Amino acid sequence: MTTISEAPAVAPNAGARKLSYVKAFNEGLAQAMREDENVFVAGEDVAGYGGVFRMFDNLLDEFGPRRMIDTPISEAALVGLGVGAAARGLRPVVDLMFMDFIGVCLDQIVNQAAKMKYMFGGALSVPLTITTASGAGLGAAAQHSQSLEAWLAHVPGLKVVMPCDAYTAKGLTVSAIRDDNPVVVMLNKVLLGSVGEVPEEIYGIPLGQAHTARQGSDVTVIALGRMVGEALAAADELAAEGVEIEVIDPRTVQPLDTETMFASVRRTNRVLVVHEAVTFGGLGAEIAAQIQDEVFDYLDAPVLRIGAPFSPVPFSPVLEKAYVPDRARIAQGCRRLLERS
Amino acid sequence: MAQRASTASKKTTQVSTQVVKDLHERMVRIRLFETEAGKLMEAGKLPGFLHLYVGQEAVAAGVMAALRDDDQITSTHRGHGHAVAKGVGFRAMYAELYGRATGACLGRGGSMHINDLSRGMLGANGIVGAGVPIAVGAAFAARYKGEDSVAVSFFGDGATNIGAWHEGANMAAILGLPVIFVCENNGYAEFTPQSGHMLLTDVADRAAAYGMPSVIVDGMDAVAVHRAATEAVARARAGAGPMMIEAKTYRFFDHQGVKGLRHPYRSDEEVAEWKSRDPIDLIEARAVADGTATRAELDDVWRRTREEIADAIAYAEASPLPDPADLLLNVYSG
Repeated sequence: MTTISEAPAVAPNAGARKLSYVKAFNEGLAQAMREDENVFVAGEDVAGYGGVFRMFDNLLDEFGPRRMIDTPISEAALVGLGVGAAARGLRPVVDLMFMDFIGVCLDQIVNQAAKMKYMFGGALSVPLTITTASGAGLGAAAQHSQSLEAWLAHVPGLKVVMPCDAYTAKGLTVSAIRDDNPVVVMLNKVLLGSVGEVPEEIYGIPLGQAHTARQGSDVTVIALGRMVGEALAAADELAAEGVEIEVIDPRTVQPLDTETMFASVRRTNRVLVVHEAVTFGGLGAEIAAQIQDEVFDYLDAPVLRIGAPFSPVPFSPVLEKAYVPDRARIAQGCRRLLERS
Repeated sequence: MAQRASTASKKTTQVSTQVVKDLHERMVRIRLFETEAGKLMEAGKLPGFLHLYVGQEAVAAGVMAALRDDDQITSTHRGHGHAVAKGVGFRAMYAELYGRATGACLGRGGSMHINDLSRGMLGANGIVGAGVPIAVGAAFAARYKGEDSVAVSFFGDGATNIGAWHEGANMAAILGLPVIFVCENNGYAEFTPQSGHMLLTDVADRAAAYGMPSVIVDGMDAVAVHRAATEAVARARAGAGPMMIEAKTYRFFDHQGVKGLRHPYRSDEEVAEWKSRDPIDLIEARAVADGTATRAELDDVWRRTREEIADAIAYAEASPLPDPADLLLNVYSG
């Protein structure tokens, strides 16, 4: 069984091949299926149609109906199928299409998949991967746009990854499939068509290791998922003003690599956490609390959080744009932090 | 096509002497495990909840005698009987009820989560209906790997009102998986009678909605259950897809605990009527009458089992408690 420690560390090179986020996911999944006969995919319209976001394009042609299974619209049975199959030694990839649908099958995720190994005294593992599309920005409204990572990260036994670009979409997906724990891969809908450098060979990105996406000395911005790109854009804007911000992408929100964050805070002394999810009870609160617990003495200003207001995601594009944090709000937040010391 | 096999016949032909003895022994093992666990609970020795299976033994015994070790089962919060009948050891089970480090779940699961993968016991489950889709997944894995094992999902009448039950039944049917759905209809969902939670008389009618054949059996008659299960298992093993068995049965103790039988939600007369058809009494009377076994042989099963249980309880009580320093053990793999 492949473990994360055996996974090759491959990073994009200058001039490397470029691929879209969704194709990078698809390539990583196909390579993981070639690597391990026990990997199969089940979900609604994943086989014949290739997935509503084209995530599973061409996989039926290569792997056939034994390994690409179209299921009824039955999320509880779908995740349960994955739990039972994983308990019997397979490595299921189960697709939930839109993250918002997890409410329908939360028992199977939270009470079954996440707890089975623990409650069974370690007698088995549940190497289940759940893929889903999260996030606002497509005018999909309140039941097709949420970022619910805080729900899942709160549950012991689950892992949650949030790829911010094509390179991480492939590497985190491969690691999720190779991992012996239930892992939820939160793909971001707005990023599906975004293009980045992606190595052709199979590679895994270690789960639980943050990535410093940009180095800087003045403010640490910890950004989840799509907010990494917004933070990098804000960093360009601030650099023109002579402010250097450091951007940290946790990549995995459970387990969360707080050590990389603490080290950054010791250098910059100011922190902003940004996520698409509602601010109240979001991961920003957890990250802020842990920073206060461990590196309070290094802070020159209180930790600032930026997230969505306490509202369902709106439909009208003008409202949706105001709802989701962006580069302007991140830049503004950094300026506020610098003014407070 | 959806069909209902006729209510299983009461004939006991074609069931060997050995099978009857096997059914009897499995039932005695459940009965004694349960009644002793009940005494321990009343004595204040066991933490947590205890949902006793006494009265329903014929179902677990009848089904499990039709299975192999590599066949998988998912169980309910009333799961001790299934575990015992599937061959899970008394020592690991009692140690788990005591919350000891030597328990089936290392003291992390308790009564409602006992498992034994070596026996195909994929766990009792604290969530009503949740084991149904998991059994479907186990059956999927068997077919994926080219094995001919089957999966059995046990559930109560109340669980068939849960969405996961319906989703699992439909999923098994549409994928044609080797799953046997066994409804232990004891007439009550916790404290609510069947008439108060569904308008059906026979839960088996629900199978037709998913194109699944079903059969209704006397859940106090282990031989009848066994015959139905043998047919359903053979059918599933041969690739003919899922089937449902509804066993009409009864729990002699309360929903939880052992406080007695005088409960306002069911009458003394009703309880007495069902107890007059005690599944172990029935099989013993028949075995003695038709010469399958002598009274002495049957008594010997009780005696041997009592000894084994006394040993297991002593083992559990002498076992170490889990070390709080290991609190985070097995949250994750690796």
